[in-house]
Amino acid sequence: MSTHDKQTIHPAWLRITHWINAIAVLILISSGWRIYNASPFFPFSIPSGITLGGWLAGALQWHFFAMWILVINGISYLLINFFSGRLRRQFFPLSPRAFLSDLTAALKGRLSHADPRKYNTVQRVAYLFVMLDILLVVLSGLVLWKSVQFPLLRELLGGYETARRIHFFGMSALLAFVLVHLAMVALVPRTLLAMLRGH
Amino acid sequence: MIKKRSIVIPNEGELMLSDAIRKISQPSRRAFLQRTVTLGGLSLLTGCSISDNESIEAALTKVSEWNDKAQGVLFSPNRLAPTYPDSMITRPFPFNAYYGEDEVREIDGDSWRLELSGLIADKQPWTLRKLRTLPQTDQVTRHICVEGWSAIGKWGGVPFADFLKRIGADTSAKYVGFKCADDYYTSIDMATALHPQTLMTLTYDGQTLPPKYGYPMKLRMPTKLGYKNPKHIQAMFVTNTYPGGYWEDQGYNWFGGS
Repeated sequence: MSTHDKQTIHPAWLRITHWINAIAVLILISSGWRIYNASPFFPFSIPSGITLGGWLAGALQWHFFAMWILVINGISYLLINFFSGRLRRQFFPLSPRAFLSDLTAALKGRLSHADPRKYNTVQRVAYLFVMLDILLVVLSGLVLWKSVQFPLLRELLGGYETARRIHFFGMSALLAFVLVHLAMVALVPRTLLAMLRGH
Repeated sequence: MIKKRSIVIPNEGELMLSDAIRKISQPSRRAFLQRTVTLGGLSLLTGCSISDNESIEAALTKVSEWNDKAQGVLFSPNRLAPTYPDSMITRPFPFNAYYGEDEVREIDGDSWRLELSGLIADKQPWTLRKLRTLPQTDQVTRHICVEGWSAIGKWGGVPFADFLKRIGADTSAKYVGFKCADDYYTSIDMATALHPQTLMTLTYDGQTLPPKYGYPMKLRMPTKLGYKNPKHIQAMFVTNTYPGGYWEDQGYNWFGGS
């Protein structure tokens, strides 16, 4: 048992919440694009072939289905992460100096992957960033869905119309993370295996 | 059968793969995959899935009904939508309906009657003249469309809660339904009907409500999305039987609150 534990890179709860989150994000972004297309506030639309839902009502149904999955799964992830001590162990301390040196090493292709159970500082920053970004997307989404019922949140985010833009930029940042994340997995394919089977 | 040819993966992977192949070979699952995963991974996400797959559509409808309940819980009967100064009114205020602006119905206000039915004590029809004798108020609020855009407008008229009390409506009933002269129809929950900002609108921006904004009367609710605000209302009824709505019956969320 103990040797098995030592080999484990990602515990089962982490892998499960990771993949549920990935599916929820895929549904939310692709249906969100369709919703955006109903009334674009930039001079472009998203090609409808890569959107979900077929029409606005369908996209909204997908969006308001997947939001529950994202939120329930996300809260479970944060709670287990926090109370198991993993959050503190894996993500802290964070130092700008370590971030810069890891980033330089990563860009030179010299970042060590000797112990995949430990995150390097670039990973720590990237994963903490995406956690906060998803939080921002959820909060701004709450303002779009229920702008009258959450007055404090609405005012904090600058009102309904500003919250729409925040929601869009939050999505864009999340998408940028996903693209970099997938590129990293393509560079180090065994990380995909680790996220599937745990070691 | 599918041959496992040159796929090299560890033991667990092989088990997973054979499990997946077994699942895919089940006819129902295969049909599902054909319908929803047509153009590679992302096409799970294309439009065909919602219209073609009945089980997915049924599941999403169930979630939408659950979302109606969730919104009912989140709805506060006393929390007010923000109001704005006249200077912030969107000009021109956008026209929106299920038809184009050239098809706006012209209604004769003199012969118009508001018909009442259902769980209402006094079902006497109302004329426009009589509605205008009731105490009026106005508000400048944000109209939010389900498409995402919003615009600020100024509506004036009779607080709907006052009207419901005056006609002896059973305010413990679940729904108020509306039938409109443009063949639109919709329905709302009683809590929203009684909200202090829910207004039987007779004027827009200080003028008689123009045809494009719903003459002679529209119900304005700043706590609901645009499609929940019926225009050209001809008849209303109070009921405990779910009445649905024009867009709602096609898949738009019924509560539609903001």
